[in-house]
Amino acid sequence: MDILLAISIMALGAVVLGALLGFAAIKFKVEGDPLVEKIEAILPQTQCGQCGFPGCKPYAEAIVNGEEINKCPPGGAEGVQRLADLLGREVKPLDAEEKPKQVAIIDENTCIGCTLCIQACPVDAIVGAAKQMHTIIAPQCTGCELCLPPCPVECIRMEVIPETIDNWKWKYPVVEIKAAA
Amino acid sequence: MLMNLFKFKGGVKPPSNKLQSNHLPIAQAPMPSRLVVPLHQSIGGTPRPVVEAGDKVLKGQVIGNADGWISAAVHAPTSGTVLEVAMHIRPHPSGLDSLCVVIEPDGKDKWITRTPIDHKAVPPADVFHHLQQCGIVGLGGAGFPAHGKLTPTKGVPMDELIINGAECEPFITCDDLLMRERAEEVVRGIALFRDLLQPKTVIIGIEDNKPEAIAAMRAAVDAQKEPFSVVAVPTLYPAGGAKQLIRVLTGKEVPGSMRSTADMGVQVFNVGTAYSAWRAIAHGEPLISRILTITGNVHAPRNYEVLIGTPMGELLALAQPHPDTDGILMGGPMMGFLVPNPQVPVVKTTNCLIAHDDRLFPPKAPEMPCIRCGACARACPHELQPFEMYWFSRAKNFGKTQEYNIFDCIECGCCSYVCPSRIPLVQYFRFAKSEIWAREREKNASDQAKTRFEFKQLREEREKADKAEKLAKAAAAQAAKKAAEAAAAAAESSASPTPDAPTAPLVAATTDAPSATVTPENDAKRATIEAAMARAKAQREAVQPKNTESLTAEQQKVAAEIEARRVTAHLIEPEPAAPAPTSEKPE
Repeated sequence: MDILLAISIMALGAVVLGALLGFAAIKFKVEGDPLVEKIEAILPQTQCGQCGFPGCKPYAEAIVNGEEINKCPPGGAEGVQRLADLLGREVKPLDAEEKPKQVAIIDENTCIGCTLCIQACPVDAIVGAAKQMHTIIAPQCTGCELCLPPCPVECIRMEVIPETIDNWKWKYPVVEIKAAA
Repeated sequence: MLMNLFKFKGGVKPPSNKLQSNHLPIAQAPMPSRLVVPLHQSIGGTPRPVVEAGDKVLKGQVIGNADGWISAAVHAPTSGTVLEVAMHIRPHPSGLDSLCVVIEPDGKDKWITRTPIDHKAVPPADVFHHLQQCGIVGLGGAGFPAHGKLTPTKGVPMDELIINGAECEPFITCDDLLMRERAEEVVRGIALFRDLLQPKTVIIGIEDNKPEAIAAMRAAVDAQKEPFSVVAVPTLYPAGGAKQLIRVLTGKEVPGSMRSTADMGVQVFNVGTAYSAWRAIAHGEPLISRILTITGNVHAPRNYEVLIGTPMGELLALAQPHPDTDGILMGGPMMGFLVPNPQVPVVKTTNCLIAHDDRLFPPKAPEMPCIRCGACARACPHELQPFEMYWFSRAKNFGKTQEYNIFDCIECGCCSYVCPSRIPLVQYFRFAKSEIWAREREKNASDQAKTRFEFKQLREEREKADKAEKLAKAAAAQAAKKAAEAAAAAAESSASPTPDAPTAPLVAATTDAPSATVTPENDAKRATIEAAMARAKAQREAVQPKNTESLTAEQQKVAAEIEARRVTAHLIEPEPAAPAPTSEKPE
């Protein structure tokens, strides 16, 4: 008799807990992979494709699936560091050369208005119409360089964003090292 | 009037060094050879230049219009010719250039027509507009446009208006001299602020190391029968910080997160701001000059009334600097910075120039490790923990610095002053703050890029779907048309015999009704033509596009797209088995 009671108590417990777990699985279901979002927040969102993926989100997904974390040149060494911190992976040197932040500039005298760069721009930062001069909305430009190859007259160039009073930063205090006498 | 004063925590007492420059009256600085007036001289929007190279300007003429509400106009300090509107160095720790108007004085110093207003007779909005047009900004240091601070916060009654005459930084005596010599107009300016803000009380706080200024202000207040209290506050750096002065005079503690003290019913103005606001209202004079202390390693330290835009090097020469002077410090020794070169112009917020040399400011011995003594925390007037913020700034752990409220730091320099390890704490905090701001900007930019990218993708998808839908519709329409044609043909063939050569004349006769003269030869010719056309049609219909069996889905899609383009371009008839134009044939 006792053994039956014990079994039924355990069975009841199992049913209740199972129901609870089942409910929780439906109620608190996580849509999508939160890790992808965290990685995406670190990636610089230039959508330049230099990592070999067609945008930052596909690269974030690829990282979750085991892709290397050092393939994002716009993110720089600091981006690699932050990804490594997030994922608990080893920091690796950047796969490519790190470049300063740039902005695309269209030479409006040469532009023939072919609209090819407009189609190439991932963030819609170029305005213009067919056979009309195009121009870059500089604050929206991510410096991805994707507009350079399609231009048939090579009227787009990249320029490093100059330091102005508005984007100037205080430097890290340098600790003077003096040679021992 | 006896008043209960409060204390703020921390603070330091550096040697005041004020006696050198406060015994001589304010002198008028001579007209410089040229004036470089930076357009951005206050917090907020950069004024837009309204003059061009070659323009003649009069003293007090607007050269830069305010851009937005939090911005103030900029004026020509004297009459002359605009040489250029170009990038020139501006007094800023970065040493970077910004847009400046360069004016060559003509020596006549001819005023533009000045329009005083009666602030009691016009609505406050007009007074604010007038102050903005006259370029009145806070002269205490930050340069916040005065009209912005004079606009009361809705729903918060203004309790105290505090006038800041503390001038706590060592060496600086410009406010001291202003109060001694021009107390009457300062008090009139305070009355103006009082009329606009309607506070319950007005308190003028002056550090007790300026007895002459206190006496002069008391006399002026009494003479004008104003109910202002002039209060001597203990000399302790940084008693002149807005939040510290509020604490000392009212006992109110301003929460770190509060952006404007007006939200808790207190507003603070510098005495210089009150004076220049009064000049703007009563005399229509815009802010084109200010009082400036020139001191430090010089023979003749003194206060001068200086035109905005005067190169600092020319001013320093007035005080005859000693030959070992190796730089100019703008502002006081606690919060000031070395200007990058002597050509840097004086701006509205320049209150002091100190000739720098190694005797006055001995070079700091190298930084040593933090020994966790806590001296910085005891000295911090904002009750922060500088040592914690220092470790995290140094480790670039910016999230943690924010947890320790780094943005409450006013960079007064007390912690660096007391640090026995000579750690430049404030430099670390400035570094951390600007790095956090830069990251914020980058984050905003990348968020924006992401939304734009996602929207572009969405749009492309939508366009593709729309196109596919259109194509499907066109295909369906074509199929229907073909079916209808086939049905019609079938009906025709069942009703009449096929139009063969012998019956052709009959068809020709029926169709070509207008041609009345139908001769047998014509008939025969027509019949052959008809027959040839029919044959050609049959042949054309028999031709099928070649190599279409083993096409991939992608190629088929491309072919379909090309076909759709042709249809839209009216290159071909939108018929189901429309023959390709001859040029497109495989041969």
